[in-house]
Amino acid sequence: MSTDLQGGGYGWRVDDIDTDEMILNMGPQHPSTHGVLRIELRTDGEIVRAARPHIGYLHRCFEKHAESVDYPGVIPYTDRMDYVASMGNSLGYALAVEKLMGIEVSPYVQTIRVIMAELQRIASHCIAVGTYGMDIGAFTPFLHLLRDREKILDLFEWTCGARLLYNYNWVGGVSHDVPDGFVKACRQFLREFDAVTYPEMIDLLIKNKIFIKRTANIGVCAPELAVSYDLTGPNLRGSGPPRDLRRDEPYIGYENYEFDVVVGEGRFGPRGSCFDRNWVRALEMKESAKILHQAVDRIEKMERADVHEKVPKRVKPAKGEVYARSEAPRGQLGYYIVADGTGVNPYRVKVKSPCFTAMSIFHVLARGMMIADIIALIGSLDVVLGEIDR
Amino acid sequence: MTEVGGIIQNRFGDNLAFTTVDNVVNWARKSSLWPMTFGLACCAIEMMATGGTRYDWNRFGMIPRGTPRQSDLMIVAGTVTLKMATRLKRLYEQMPEPKYVISMGSCANNGGPYWKHGYHVLKGVDEVVPVDVYVPGCPPRPEALLYGVMKLQEKIQEDRVLRRRGETLGSLAGASMAPEASK
Amino acid sequence: MDASSIHGRLKDRFGEKIVAFQSETLQPWAVVAPDAIADVAAFAKSDPALAFDNLLCLSAVDYPKEDPPRMEVVYHLFSYEHRHVFVLKVHVPREGAHVPTVEGTWAVANWHEREAYDLFGIVFDGHSDLRRILLPDDWIGHPLRKDWVDPDFYNGMHVKPTQQMAERAMAGEKIGVGPFDFTPPNRHVEE
Repeated sequence: MSTDLQGGGYGWRVDDIDTDEMILNMGPQHPSTHGVLRIELRTDGEIVRAARPHIGYLHRCFEKHAESVDYPGVIPYTDRMDYVASMGNSLGYALAVEKLMGIEVSPYVQTIRVIMAELQRIASHCIAVGTYGMDIGAFTPFLHLLRDREKILDLFEWTCGARLLYNYNWVGGVSHDVPDGFVKACRQFLREFDAVTYPEMIDLLIKNKIFIKRTANIGVCAPELAVSYDLTGPNLRGSGPPRDLRRDEPYIGYENYEFDVVVGEGRFGPRGSCFDRNWVRALEMKESAKILHQAVDRIEKMERADVHEKVPKRVKPAKGEVYARSEAPRGQLGYYIVADGTGVNPYRVKVKSPCFTAMSIFHVLARGMMIADIIALIGSLDVVLGEIDR
Repeated sequence: MTEVGGIIQNRFGDNLAFTTVDNVVNWARKSSLWPMTFGLACCAIEMMATGGTRYDWNRFGMIPRGTPRQSDLMIVAGTVTLKMATRLKRLYEQMPEPKYVISMGSCANNGGPYWKHGYHVLKGVDEVVPVDVYVPGCPPRPEALLYGVMKLQEKIQEDRVLRRRGETLGSLAGASMAPEASK
Repeated sequence: MDASSIHGRLKDRFGEKIVAFQSETLQPWAVVAPDAIADVAAFAKSDPALAFDNLLCLSAVDYPKEDPPRMEVVYHLFSYEHRHVFVLKVHVPREGAHVPTVEGTWAVANWHEREAYDLFGIVFDGHSDLRRILLPDDWIGHPLRKDWVDPDFYNGMHVKPTQQMAERAMAGEKIGVGPFDFTPPNRHVEE
């Protein structure tokens, strides 16, 4: 039945050719794994039958360090967990300790925190969307988004002196007040963002037909599966549920700002695909810019206050424990802090990082994809290994 | 650099012809250092920013390569954990000669902020690979990394390829800057 | 539902398996007997009044100085439907701790329990794949326990910082710090 040509002209029949599964190792050094992640793939040719992620190549013993230094000294270590969005990490920790000690910061400090958090969200999504495009093969949006991220880093450097890891959100306040002229510079950045960065990103990447075809039909995650695996943030919103902690359980004054919660719409394929998660991130940048406009207007009308007013001389909470959550750019970041009331060091700090739970769903979504789609899947989950491994 | 054999490597005396050839070879090598993308942690983001448009390492001739087999520079950017250290050594061994290592950031230099209680952190990448340039910072600014690359270029310029090994200035960070260093 | 009603509902169903209830804290918790945690978890998810469909966090904490010395596994639960939070705790001995897995109820517990096993040594019975997740497979010991001591070497690499470095730092020498002496205003400096 099989012609000679089917066996390559050598006279083999197709059913004689033995195909077998192959175990392929991706990482831990790999240009596209967003960090040191190792994925063991069992593939049948190009189709992946099973995928097993191995983490721990960046386990830097954060929780041990948190038990060995005092409460304010943990903040630089929290920065280094999700190093792409470190304002969010230190904010989460500061909120947790403030909840434990019952400290309420002034509206001025809250507005500064919102400005910094939203600027950091835009910067983090710049990297997320840019590197995702780079993984798919689109190199130009990456360069454009990095150029625009540099403007945000300039603002941060002007305020607190650091470009990437700031040690900014302290327990009870922030480390530096915004400098004079910050409002004007921030407005300038927002003007450029609305006019150049955002439209360019949408045109070059999100509306790009090749990008859509590569990502819109893979990695589809149903909402129940997402909730069961505790996906949060853009990963969950890409599948449909409009869950955003800034809207559901507002903190640091988010109830005063008007913004929409972006949800994946399934415009080009099934809802909950890789494209949808990335779509949520891209459109969230616009929403963050909206919040920033309002926050900057607010802070202009406020009079300067002392940002160290409520910072305690010695952070020594009474015995107790707390679990506090905040909406980091990658999802819901949770800190479980146990204080034993006797020392200046925390007794236990456990971090529930959003990327950890996002990575745990990987082996489910990866079945049946091709190897190139695996790269697209990791990028769409937007994992940062520092946060997974802590 | 480890000892390498070969008919013309390090055989000849210091005279005009071989010094010029060495200068040309070293100039070629230092002007097209191809780094292997070995970004591990936060310093990787600063390394990406160095590759971005504002700081642009491409003008130094540096094109990041994904594979160690086609690169001659390994920038260890970020914390090396004990689990990763064996893989790092293997990747270093896969790079062909001549190869250089820049240790970027304080985690790669000596363990960084995790030096005291980090049970899983390698206290400095020089425990597993020989390092040419250490760039301090947490994370080092892109300008600092470019300065480290320039220092490495000075070190490469003084390599002896055809000429016999002998007195070299050894481009430690201070030597070429000292006023009495002769060229 | 507030915390006491949630506790009441669990107590009605499980009786003396709900060992204790602490309501005087910021986030009230109920202590569950170790062998019953899997059933309590399944009930907490399936019961329509509770509907805890999200496991926020599964942590392990080591309390060697309590009387009796114990480790705790803490489950933070959240319901997307009713928007309430609750905390369950399981007390286990420090050596030879065994807890049934809740992986069947919340799939995310798979990785969380692997991490608790890796860093504390708590074994979760019925887990599909209990092996180390963060540390290398040939690592010996469980580092986040309070009695952990750094070994000297791991496969030929120094684990503890070298004695020299540590001695100089302890002697007050500022290693690697320039002429600045900036003490942030919120630091309480022991004089």
